[in-house]
Amino acid sequence: MDEIPYAIKILIAGGFGAGKTTMVGSVSEIEPLRTEEVITAESVGIDDLAGVEEKTTTTVAMDFGRITLNDGLVLYLFGTPGQDRFWFMWDELSLGAVGAVVLADTRRLADCFPSIDYFEQRGTPFIVAVNCFDGAKQYRTEDVRIALDLDDHVPVLLCDARKRESSKSVLITLVEYVLQRFSGELENTSEVMA
Amino acid sequence: MYQTGQHAVPDGAGPLVRPYAMTHGRTRPSSDNFDLIALVVAADVPTPTVGLEPEHHVVLRLAQQPISVAEIAAHADLPVGVVRILLDDLRAGGCVQVKAPMSVAKMPNTRVLRAVINGLRAL
Repeated sequence: MDEIPYAIKILIAGGFGAGKTTMVGSVSEIEPLRTEEVITAESVGIDDLAGVEEKTTTTVAMDFGRITLNDGLVLYLFGTPGQDRFWFMWDELSLGAVGAVVLADTRRLADCFPSIDYFEQRGTPFIVAVNCFDGAKQYRTEDVRIALDLDDHVPVLLCDARKRESSKSVLITLVEYVLQRFSGELENTSEVMA
Repeated sequence: MYQTGQHAVPDGAGPLVRPYAMTHGRTRPSSDNFDLIALVVAADVPTPTVGLEPEHHVVLRLAQQPISVAEIAAHADLPVGVVRILLDDLRAGGCVQVKAPMSVAKMPNTRVLRAVINGLRAL
C-alpha cells in the first residue's frame, strides 16, 4: 500500500459574507465540502444557551477544500464558522494549523476584528487579504493596516477571492510569511544558544 | 438554492434517524480524538461481515484512497462526532489505518513550508 500522505491545514477567516467559501472554492481541487459537528449544551456552555434552555444541541457547519501539493502532502483549507459563539470550534481548527488568512471586506471592516483578535491572542500567524468587491471603494493596504491596527510585520494585500491566481498568491504570501517568522525564531534561538 | 416547497420535510425538522443511534448511543470515541484532517485509509484486509453497521461500510468504501475525517463526514452526510466513533470501531478491528496530521505550528519545519510554497506555485 502507498504511504499515507501528511495533511496540513490553513484557515480562512473573516466576517460573514467576506468571501471565505469563495476563496476556498477558487483554489480547491474539489468542490467545497461542508462538514457538520453536532454540539451538545454541555460543550457549548451555559451562557450561550441562556434563555433557550430547551435547545440542547446545535450544529456548526464548516466549509472546506483540498489541494494535493505533492505525493506526500495534502493541504486542507477551512473556512472558519462565522458566529462568535463557536470559538471552541476555532480552537480545534487552529490547532496545528500553518496559519490563517483573514479576509477583510472594506465595507464592513469591523467584521474581521474578532478573527484578528483571536489569532493575535493565540499566536497563530495570519495575514490580512482585502477582498476587492465590485463597487466597493478601493483603499490602500496601508489605510487598512492603520484601520485594523496591525503590527508592521503582518502582511496586508489586496485580492479577488473569486480568482484562482489571486487566491493562490494569498496562500503563498501566508506560507512565505510563516517561513520567514520561523526562520527568524530559529536565528534568535541560535543567538541565545551562542 | 432553497426553494419553497422543494422539501417535503422542513429544514428545521432534523434527521429522520438520530445520529447517535448508529453508534449505539456512544457520543465519543474510546481512544484519542481523530483530528478533522487525520487521513484515513482502509487496511488491505477482508472486510468483516459481522459487527459492522451499514455506516461502517460507507466509511470503508470512502477510505479506499486516503481521505480526511472531515471529507468522510461530508460525503457520508454524518456529523463529525459520529464518524469519529465509527472510525474508532474500524481502527480497533484493524480495518483502517489513520495518520495524524502534521502540526506545523508546534514544530517549525522549513522543509515542509518550502514544499507547500512550491506546491502552490506549481498549481
